[in-house]
Amino acid sequence: MSVTDLTIILSGIVKLSAPLLFAGLGEYTAERAGTLNISIEAMMLTGAYCGMVGASATGSAVLGLPIGIGGGLAVAIVHANFSHRLAANTFVVGLTLNALALGLTDYLFTSFQLSSHSITAAKVPLLSHIPVLGPALFDVSWPVYFLFGLVPAVWWALQRSQWGLEVRACGENPHAADATGITVNRRRRQALYVCGMLSGLGGAFLSLGIVGQFNQGMTAGIGYVVIAAVIFGGWTLWGTVLGCVLFGTADAMGLVLPALGHQLNPQLLLALPYLAALAAMVFLAKSYRAPRALARPFSRGLA
Amino acid sequence: MSRGPALLHPRLSREPPHPPLLEPSPRSKAARLVLLYIVSILVALVITAILVIVVGGSPMSVFSAIYRGSMDGGGSLGQTLDASIPVVIVALGTLIAVRAGMFNIGQTGQLTMGATAGAFIALNIDAPGPVLVVLALLGATAAGAVWAGVAAGLRIWRRIDVVISTLLLNYVALQLLAYTVSKQSLLQEPTPPGGEAGGLPQSALLPGSARLPHPGQYPSFGVSIGVVVAIGLVVMLGVLLSRSRWGTQVRMVGCNPTASRRFGVKVAAVAGGALLISGALAGLAGGVMLTGSVYRVQAGFDNNFGNDGLLAALVVRDQPWALLPVAFFFGVIRTGGNFLLSTGVPDYLSQVLEGLLVLAAVFPPVYLERREWARRLRSARSAVMRSAT
Repeated sequence: MSVTDLTIILSGIVKLSAPLLFAGLGEYTAERAGTLNISIEAMMLTGAYCGMVGASATGSAVLGLPIGIGGGLAVAIVHANFSHRLAANTFVVGLTLNALALGLTDYLFTSFQLSSHSITAAKVPLLSHIPVLGPALFDVSWPVYFLFGLVPAVWWALQRSQWGLEVRACGENPHAADATGITVNRRRRQALYVCGMLSGLGGAFLSLGIVGQFNQGMTAGIGYVVIAAVIFGGWTLWGTVLGCVLFGTADAMGLVLPALGHQLNPQLLLALPYLAALAAMVFLAKSYRAPRALARPFSRGLA
Repeated sequence: MSRGPALLHPRLSREPPHPPLLEPSPRSKAARLVLLYIVSILVALVITAILVIVVGGSPMSVFSAIYRGSMDGGGSLGQTLDASIPVVIVALGTLIAVRAGMFNIGQTGQLTMGATAGAFIALNIDAPGPVLVVLALLGATAAGAVWAGVAAGLRIWRRIDVVISTLLLNYVALQLLAYTVSKQSLLQEPTPPGGEAGGLPQSALLPGSARLPHPGQYPSFGVSIGVVVAIGLVVMLGVLLSRSRWGTQVRMVGCNPTASRRFGVKVAAVAGGALLISGALAGLAGGVMLTGSVYRVQAGFDNNFGNDGLLAALVVRDQPWALLPVAFFFGVIRTGGNFLLSTGVPDYLSQVLEGLLVLAAVFPPVYLERREWARRLRSARSAVMRSAT
């Protein structure tokens, strides 16, 4: 394997992991607040579509990104108010939103023409000259650089801020959190909004930053890969990041290895994230603990 | 339930005891619920109509196309019934599992495994017609139960939440199906002589002897015998759930496992059993789809029927009988949606309409519960304030 092959593989990994990482940070936040957020697929798809619509409307790929974030947030607002204001079952709402987002984007996409837009790559002056690593990590579509800020930001927000402590309390023991004066469902909604914005960004990056156009159903299940990554990571931030990079790598291998003449079982590769998440839970059961109130709705009891 | 005034001891309150809260009468509650259902379904239809107008179509012709494609005449009605069968069967199992507190969201995987096993049996075993169909359906049921059993085992021995394991197992099952139909030695259809090597990733068509009979081949009404199976299951399990000891135990375990254990209920057996039944029924639904209408397995076999069943179960909440009309509506949207192309509107609209209608069906009961809860909280608070001053 030559050096250029290695660079190609590495940049494939970076490209395919980045959308997973954006959405993974969001899903991590939502799950720590106690929402097993299934509608992440809808958030990413809507983000991808809205991003491209925004870029087509304004003629600028850069302006597409915030519009994509808005698209993800819109899905999150519907989900959060249905399941954390009205206490509707979160899986009904999530699965319905997934179907709705897929149907709606397909419907609008076949009815209205969208132009193609893509975000340009930006070289980081010195770092991009590092052999092998440089071109893969520091000569990429610039939203990837957001990740260097977003990962620590999410870590700080959840592990070091008052808000994060409250969010985690809502995921672990909502009744105790409620007794200390935290409005549990408000915190859960806020966490879901964060998830929507980050997933929308991930989706918009997928359409604007990687593919350069919108395709029908282009997220193709990566929202579920993100959920698997959070589970694989044992509901920790670093585990989630590791899971996203690992599954992004598996995805890249599926594209790269056949081109380099290696045989691989494509089905096994596609099932890998889910098998890895299951195996991690089975074999590392001691250190793996889901937030105790994950996927349990909260409503305040009356005396 | 004790209410607000009891929070303070009577001796401490100087006011006379708070009058009893005004409960809305049951009849006005029901009327409000019905009204709210009508309003929210109208909202869903209006949103759909707006979407149709946006792309330059006519809402009236869209709705009439859905009606014509699904209910007008015996042929389309038969198709609609055929499309509602898997939804009923899957939803029935889901209802039982949810009632026992096992939140199974792995219907897609269980249905897929059922269909794969059914196809394996139907294509490889040599038996006379009716026996072969029954064997295929039994195999499908067993495979669905096994797939749910993995989740049950993980729950019992590793304390892994059923929601998480069933969700993950869905995608493993989909890839397993994709694998079996890509290997000639497993399920892939043999390449015809002179055909391209590799071939399509799908199984061969089931032989005629392995297909469910379609009774009543009247000039234009054919519906597979699966309808009888579905209705029979609803009646049988509906009665068992409400009238049998097992039904009561399922409900007890769902409400409070600790208390049930104190009453001598074998909690793991009842809850695990409910999950297995749910998987078995999802697998059976896959078998019925395979032998009754699709006749082969391929990637995307589930065609979203697993999710529709899950949604139907959660929409009807606790009423097995309501499954029949709700599943029929799912069938109407699905088969009617096939007629949309004739109106010039993309047929993806049917998926949008289904989603909006599900949200419209979810909204009214939860909204009224939320209102009721807020009302109680308010009066409890005001009672406390009054007796404190």
